[in-house]
Amino acid sequence: MSRRGDWVYENNGGTCVAIAGADYCVVAADTRLSVGYNILTREHSKICELADKCVIASSGFQGDIKALQKNLAARELLYQHQHNKRMSCPAMAQLLSNTLYYKRFFPYYAFNVLGGLDSEGKGCVYSYDAVGSYERTGYSAQGSGSTLIMPVLDNQLKSPSPLLVPARDAVTPLSESEAVDLVKDVFASATERDIYTGDKVEIVVINKAGTRREYIELRKD
Amino acid sequence: MIPNLSALENHFGAAAAGSDDFAGLFSADAADQLALEFPTCNDFDGFQKATKEMVNNKKGTTTLSFIFDKGVIVAADSRASMGGYISSQTVRKIIEINPYMLGTMAGGAADCQFWHRNLGRLHELANKRRISIAGSSKTLANILYSYRGMGLSIGTMIAGFDETGPGLYYVDSEGARLKGSRFSVGSGSLYAYGILDEGYKFNMSVEEAAELARRAIYHATFRDGASGGCVSVYYVGPDGWKKLSGDDVGELHYHYYPVQAAPVEQEMAEAPSAST
Repeated sequence: MSRRGDWVYENNGGTCVAIAGADYCVVAADTRLSVGYNILTREHSKICELADKCVIASSGFQGDIKALQKNLAARELLYQHQHNKRMSCPAMAQLLSNTLYYKRFFPYYAFNVLGGLDSEGKGCVYSYDAVGSYERTGYSAQGSGSTLIMPVLDNQLKSPSPLLVPARDAVTPLSESEAVDLVKDVFASATERDIYTGDKVEIVVINKAGTRREYIELRKD
Repeated sequence: MIPNLSALENHFGAAAAGSDDFAGLFSADAADQLALEFPTCNDFDGFQKATKEMVNNKKGTTTLSFIFDKGVIVAADSRASMGGYISSQTVRKIIEINPYMLGTMAGGAADCQFWHRNLGRLHELANKRRISIAGSSKTLANILYSYRGMGLSIGTMIAGFDETGPGLYYVDSEGARLKGSRFSVGSGSLYAYGILDEGYKFNMSVEEAAELARRAIYHATFRDGASGGCVSVYYVGPDGWKKLSGDDVGELHYHYYPVQAAPVEQEMAEAPSAST
């Protein structure tokens, strides 16, 4: 194997958001791809449908994201052939964690959110760091605009911590269409203040009927 | 079934192992997957240092654990931060390894999660019995020692109950493994130790011990900006662990510092209305 240069990473920006509801999950990401101050393309999809009820959105370094998403998609295909069923979202969550950690000393520069439906049909969101620590949450934002978006989602959606004893009910109080509207709003807002977010937002909605994709235009400057 | 133990081996220098992204993907033996991959760059240390800042979800943390006459108490906060940004307030820093053993996490989130997950199952599958606290902490310490100097960041306590009674070990990524009856780990540990050392007795009721742990973690979150969120308290006795409490720090504050009714110097009286 040839020796690489000492530095192989680049930050291509981008923002990913996912919101879980009682029986749906919304996964969204913008479609801008930039390097430094240069915008390379305005329509680059960061979202990959890995299984029928499992969607990943990733930001970071495009090369690593592509490699990671192709790897996961291939592993899911193998799983299908071996077990004669699609992989569940919690199983994919664990697979993604391990896949990231196997490259602990040479990480994928990818910040992921995984959204989908669990085995009971409830919406689930898993958020990750680049080396595989993960947590199931009700909503999450990752990538360059996450620091702008996360406080807004906390304000609108925050539910009692799952760590509390006695446990309290923690369901995102929004309907599917309200959640999609909220996603549109937070992306429009992040675009106002983050140079790496803009152009278009790609929204994937997962519910028991299947998955549905829609695009909303954002500022192009 | 033979458990997969390849993670226990150190593959540093074996660049051939899993150097291709898809090498292990289609092989019949999926066990190859556990070999960690290394960059083939000239300056490994420099590379690790640079990636550490970039990708690692570091935790400012407060965790504590102590042994008393009824068993072991383990407690922790739940905040994760990347620099000044709070990346989560709901982290499970107490890892349930098996029904009789708990691990705490401080340092890199992924490092702790991954190695703890590997700990419990492997031994049980191989030997058909639960691993002892001493044994599991030594397994972990040996793994961490084999990766020493390569940038792993873990400060953990392995606590639980086995045939020999309660057990508590401190293990870190520098290779240390210490047996003790009272530990606190993380950026807020100094504050927690202050409360813990002051209030610790060997003979306590479980409620008393849990309250001591809760108070110690709470006061650490109060003074340490990198600790916060919820305070979780676990108790491990002869019948396994049990989560005793989980309290939001925001609410706990008013429990320890109830709002005092401010003294009113002059009572406002209804002025007689002039219009009537």
